Amino acid sequence: MKIKLPALMMTALLFQAMPPFAVAESAPTVEQLWEIIQAQQAEIDALKKQQEETAQTAADAGDKAEAAVVAVEDSAHGSAGTGSWADRTSIGGYGELHYNNVSADDSSRDSKELDLHRFVLYFGHEFTDRLRFHSELELEHAFLEDECEFTVPEGGLAAGDEVECEDDRSPGEVELEQAYLEYDINDALTTRGGVFLLPVGILNETHEPTTFYGVERNDVESIIVPSTWWAGGAGLSGHHANGISWDFALHEGLAVPTMGDSAFRVSSGRQKTAEADASDLAYTGRLRYTGIPGLELAASVNYQTDASQHGGDGLGKGILYETHASYQNGPFALRALYARWNFDGSAIEAAHADKQDGWYIEPSYKVLANLGLYARYEDIDAARDQDQFDQWEIGANFWPHEDVVLKVDYRNREHDLASAAGGDFNAVDLGIGYQF
Amino acid sequence: MQITTPIFLLLLLVTRLCAAESYQSANEFLREVFASVPPSPQVLWLKGDVRKTSSAILGHPYPGLRVRYWEKESRTAWILDEIGKEKPITVGLVVGPTGIEILRVLEFRESRGWEVRYPFFTDQFAGASLNGDRLLDRHIDGISGATLSVRALQKLARLALYLHQQTRLTHDSPS
Repeated sequence: MKIKLPALMMTALLFQAMPPFAVAESAPTVEQLWEIIQAQQAEIDALKKQQEETAQTAADAGDKAEAAVVAVEDSAHGSAGTGSWADRTSIGGYGELHYNNVSADDSSRDSKELDLHRFVLYFGHEFTDRLRFHSELELEHAFLEDECEFTVPEGGLAAGDEVECEDDRSPGEVELEQAYLEYDINDALTTRGGVFLLPVGILNETHEPTTFYGVERNDVESIIVPSTWWAGGAGLSGHHANGISWDFALHEGLAVPTMGDSAFRVSSGRQKTAEADASDLAYTGRLRYTGIPGLELAASVNYQTDASQHGGDGLGKGILYETHASYQNGPFALRALYARWNFDGSAIEAAHADKQDGWYIEPSYKVLANLGLYARYEDIDAARDQDQFDQWEIGANFWPHEDVVLKVDYRNREHDLASAAGGDFNAVDLGIGYQF
Repeated sequence: MQITTPIFLLLLLVTRLCAAESYQSANEFLREVFASVPPSPQVLWLKGDVRKTSSAILGHPYPGLRVRYWEKESRTAWILDEIGKEKPITVGLVVGPTGIEILRVLEFRESRGWEVRYPFFTDQFAGASLNGDRLLDRHIDGISGATLSVRALQKLARLALYLHQQTRLTHDSPS
């Protein structure tokens, strides 16, 4: 009996704990059911509303995330056609440092020199999709001082006399080589006005150090084609789907000196749009074919209506004919250029400088993607004795980065005239170049 | 100065005769490559290794968090920008199972290097694919004086091929 008593008590408790429906009970009334249904409907409505609010919140969050992504992307590269001032303004540049070790036949002309030859900054701005501004500001030879010490000759100086600085510590020049507006008349025709590079030769328009072999630029495109050659004026260019393009420019002419050490030296005649004498303008035209990848064929003509800007001084009109070819096929490349000036005038003919010409050929081979070897031969016949020579050159370019180059070369120059033979030299050059 | 007048008259005539050569818009490009019915755009988010590799190909980070593309029947189309020397070049590319099917310059804003916009140059990319180093499997002959523009197009070709590979691995939801 001690065992049965707790079992009886638990059974009673269990009956007490059971819900009412578990025991016999009458069915709910219609009113009670209606109340239950209404209560359940209210609960369903509340849940639906909560779900809709959650979905709206999620959608809002998605929209905000999308807006944030778009804002980040727009800030990274600007919206098409509505870019900010900063998006429409570009800055770039290049520079080159040279070391030249020259050993001349006349040892008094030996030299070892380290020179920050060029430091250049570009600034450009796009006013609209069709109207742009380009500029290039260059500092040559790193250092420019606006002071000059000289000795006043006995009797003093007269107006127009030129003086020579005795302190040669400031070889530098600041040059504004480009500052022009360019307008696209349509997608194949562009006009420009301002100070711009003339469309002549291979290097004149494209001369970043990473783009050519040799520490120094070739001499033909320095002495005959006076690169870097820029002028103030206006121009028109067109290009076509078959690879043919043309350029025409009307611009300031040369003012080639007819007296002194630089008489009839073409590069001394560049006026650089610095209060340039515009009495006699010049014209440049170029026809170019680049319709086969790797190949460029081009010919330019520059016509000077009066190459000295002064009548009756023995130097009249001048015409430059220039043609070049550039070919690249895999690792092999070849450049060749010929240029010739014909000048009219009694003084320049008497000086045997009325015909000035030069040519070069430059094969190269890339042994690695970032290492190239080259050789170059030049032959030049210009106005001054020291500008009549032929030169062999071999060297290498190494690009540790596509916009950085290290250069080394060896040059051997032999002059044509005995009067300049002391200037024959061998040289080893090292260079560092970059662009950005 | 008497020469000036006839020269300007000649130039005026040339200007009038010079037919305008207009660029194809992105929508026109997509309609052409997808037989007038371009699919809805999708996006590929540039995350983790995809972002790193894209940066390595371009030489700088991609200026966006994702890339929009269009896909139909295993072909993907991409509209990408890359700066040549100073200004972005907009390029449309179509990549299929065998490599690049189409590379077309949709807008060229640089002063020099216009040659890269024409088929005589862009046709070199047809059929190109990536090698193991994610370089193009063929040599692209350059244009004298347009080194930077040529380089920009090579980078975009490599990027489109790489991103196409990524779409084969994973797809993002439509934007």
